[in-house]
Amino acid sequence: MNRFLFFIPEQASSVAAQVDLFFYFMVAVSGFFSLLIAGLIVFFAFRYHETRVEAGRPAIDDREHATTHGHGQGAVMLEIVWTVIPFALAMVMFAWGTSLYFTLVRPPAGALQLYAVGKQWMWKFQHPEGVREINELHVPLGQDIRLTMSSEDVIHSFFVPAFRVKQDVVPGRYTQTWFHPTRTGTFHLFCAEYCGTQHSGMIGSVTVMEPRDYEAWLATGGGAAVPGQSLAQLGERLFNERACSTCHLPNGQGRGPSLVGVLGSTVKLEGGGTVKADESYVRESILNPMAKIVAGYVPQMPTFQGQLSEEQLLELIAYVRTLGAKDGGAAPPTVAAAKE
Amino acid sequence: MKTSHALAEDPGSAPQEFNYLNADYGVRSWLLTIDHKRIAILYLVMITIMFSIGGLFATALRIELLTPTGDFVQADTYNKLFTMHGVVMIFFFLIPSIPAVLGNFLLPLMLGARDLAFPRINLLSWYIYIVGAIFGTYAIIAGGVDTGWTFYTPYSTSSSQTQVIPTVLAGFIVGFSSILTGLNFIVTTHKMRAPGLTWFRLPLFVWAIYATSLIQMLATPVLAITLVLLLLERGLHIGIFDPNLGGDPVLFQHLFWFYSHPAVYIMILPGMGVISEIVTCFSRNQIFGYKFICFSSLGIAAIGFLVWGHHLFVSGQSVYAGVLFSLLSYLVAIPSAIKVFNWTATLYKGRISWQTPMLYVFGFIGLFTIGGLTGLFLAAIGLDVHLTDTYFVIAHFHYIMVGGAIMGYLGGLHYWWPKITGRLYPEFWAKIACAIIFLGFNLTFFPQFLLGYMGMPRRYHAYPPEFQVLNVMSTAGASILGIGYFLPIVYLIWSMRYGPKASSNPWNATGLEWQTPSPPPTHNFDRVPVVTQEAYDYPAMERNVG
Repeated sequence: MNRFLFFIPEQASSVAAQVDLFFYFMVAVSGFFSLLIAGLIVFFAFRYHETRVEAGRPAIDDREHATTHGHGQGAVMLEIVWTVIPFALAMVMFAWGTSLYFTLVRPPAGALQLYAVGKQWMWKFQHPEGVREINELHVPLGQDIRLTMSSEDVIHSFFVPAFRVKQDVVPGRYTQTWFHPTRTGTFHLFCAEYCGTQHSGMIGSVTVMEPRDYEAWLATGGGAAVPGQSLAQLGERLFNERACSTCHLPNGQGRGPSLVGVLGSTVKLEGGGTVKADESYVRESILNPMAKIVAGYVPQMPTFQGQLSEEQLLELIAYVRTLGAKDGGAAPPTVAAAKE
Repeated sequence: MKTSHALAEDPGSAPQEFNYLNADYGVRSWLLTIDHKRIAILYLVMITIMFSIGGLFATALRIELLTPTGDFVQADTYNKLFTMHGVVMIFFFLIPSIPAVLGNFLLPLMLGARDLAFPRINLLSWYIYIVGAIFGTYAIIAGGVDTGWTFYTPYSTSSSQTQVIPTVLAGFIVGFSSILTGLNFIVTTHKMRAPGLTWFRLPLFVWAIYATSLIQMLATPVLAITLVLLLLERGLHIGIFDPNLGGDPVLFQHLFWFYSHPAVYIMILPGMGVISEIVTCFSRNQIFGYKFICFSSLGIAAIGFLVWGHHLFVSGQSVYAGVLFSLLSYLVAIPSAIKVFNWTATLYKGRISWQTPMLYVFGFIGLFTIGGLTGLFLAAIGLDVHLTDTYFVIAHFHYIMVGGAIMGYLGGLHYWWPKITGRLYPEFWAKIACAIIFLGFNLTFFPQFLLGYMGMPRRYHAYPPEFQVLNVMSTAGASILGIGYFLPIVYLIWSMRYGPKASSNPWNATGLEWQTPSPPPTHNFDRVPVVTQEAYDYPAMERNVG
């Protein structure tokens, strides 16, 4: 940590330095204007203090009077200047902040896909290989990591200061964030959206490991003795157990549409209109099948609302993903593949 | 401004003369009064009590945060304390503070009117406020509420086990007080201006209060609707916000901030109006850019309705909505910048005296500038991702709400204290208190900017140890700030009995309120004043002195 700027958190992701650079720019501009205003006030307060200005003397002569009224041409010029300059600076800030934002919210293609579920008051993470963690997240160094998140109860917020990322985790839908760790180590994970009694206890850590260490860690089941099944395998089992497979035949001949290649595709709906089939769409179609009916199919699927946990939903989605996906998170299922 | 008749002689030498304070002493004469000046006093008493309660909650919060572990109060208690601190300070102190006290007292006087347009509705507003306060007090006594003052769903509707319903009812009820006050002020400003008092001769305080009233009228009903939906959801599970019933929890945030962002301007605009009055008086100068200041008030009121989504940058709202809200948030910053530049320019070539109200002006401009500029950090959507929901936000809005609104309120209270009470406050102690408040404020809240960038989230009962040093500084500052706020309560009450009597115009100020005795008679003016000049003709007054 910088000795003088002790309040700048560690820069442990690819965007951290960009965010900090923008922050320094903002500090410089606002510092300049704060000092300008404060300096002028102090200067005027002394220079025109009543003991330095003759009592009874008109504070300003008539020629200047119009200017200081704010009526004269000079005054209007001043008003224009101190409207246009702040406006121009504000637009620079807007443009810079927005371009930074687009970097922050657009996960690069091929990112490693992980899942998170927030609940009062813990974080649950799932790796595609099936490893689960609570309040700790292990990720490999130097790779794009995409997190798809949901909540079991109230709104939480995934916040890692060292990565400069934050994203609310909202029940009933998926939100996403991504980061590219650039430094190994263990970093704070906070819940940033107030969620009840133990809100301040809903903290954990993100551990960034060398990729080979990460693979070794995964191979041992994240420290557990026996590696479990992968997320997609669990999802496939569920897909069969819940008899999804009897209708959603891969050849499209079933009572429900085929799910091959559906993630990221554009789906035509009954009654016109289309929808981008992202993870939220798949989730909605499981929990509330009547919401959007695929063109050419009869609305007959039962709802699974209340019958599947958030984790099971994520398992199903991980399985659907293995059937082919066209979205940015069309991730190779393992780290080894991601490196190729 | 000048009136067509001679000023009343100094009433200070004639204590037997009747004014609104000594016209009647009975309790009924206060509780059933329809005199806007007495109603202002009723509000002053209530909001001072509320400010003290909110301050006690804040004190407990700062004590808890002295150490990283949660050791002073339980987590649940801490959550209730910050919730009730916010609810009390925002709904029961800041929103009514300047409008309901200074606005109530001054608007008819500044307009040369006998009273507000609807004196009985004015009293009704106060009683509605009291009913709201009773619900709020009940909620506190019955165990408190822990949702945060923002009542975010689904926590508030399906998770919290605390007194959500009485608290929400308190907010719902007190909102009507605010709506009726706004309505009263708007009608009064339109219909009851003295002869010759055209719109562009109005004092800028009136413009600010007018813009505030527009927001109160238009935004508060949306809060009322939102809170009713929240109550229905919590009580009857109708499925508007609960995702398990097909609702959308983020919809609540949109509705809530559609009121609550404009509400920020309800809190700060009146303070800006106070600053415009004081800065001219104590620099003996015309206000610089009168029309720019009054149109900037209206501009803030209008654009302020279009920026609510900047509270939702990380909520999962559409990326493009976020970008648009960021752009609009930068636009709303421009009128505030214009005001700051105009106040500063007003000082130029003035004849400045450092009376207490002027010290509050200096403090206001400095702190509001920092508060406003740090708002630009948060409007930058890419930076807000890191900063939102951290202490950076806490510091930012306290610079606006406390450094801005409360400095403006205290400056105004001192400036018009002689008019309200007929007594002068002790200048020495007032200056000391102002300096203590300024120093204590900065020590309390500046470290929180740094804490925020370090990543300390808000609403944390316990925190990692590396945040402790800055938290200790903040708590130390808060204890200084507490002393600073305690002093005016003491010396202002003292001055009501022992302060020197004030003349009708102790600051030699323009404005109709200074052309009637201090304290004013119940009927305000013996004769209807006629206005023949623009506001703030201090240069002419200076020439006359010479």
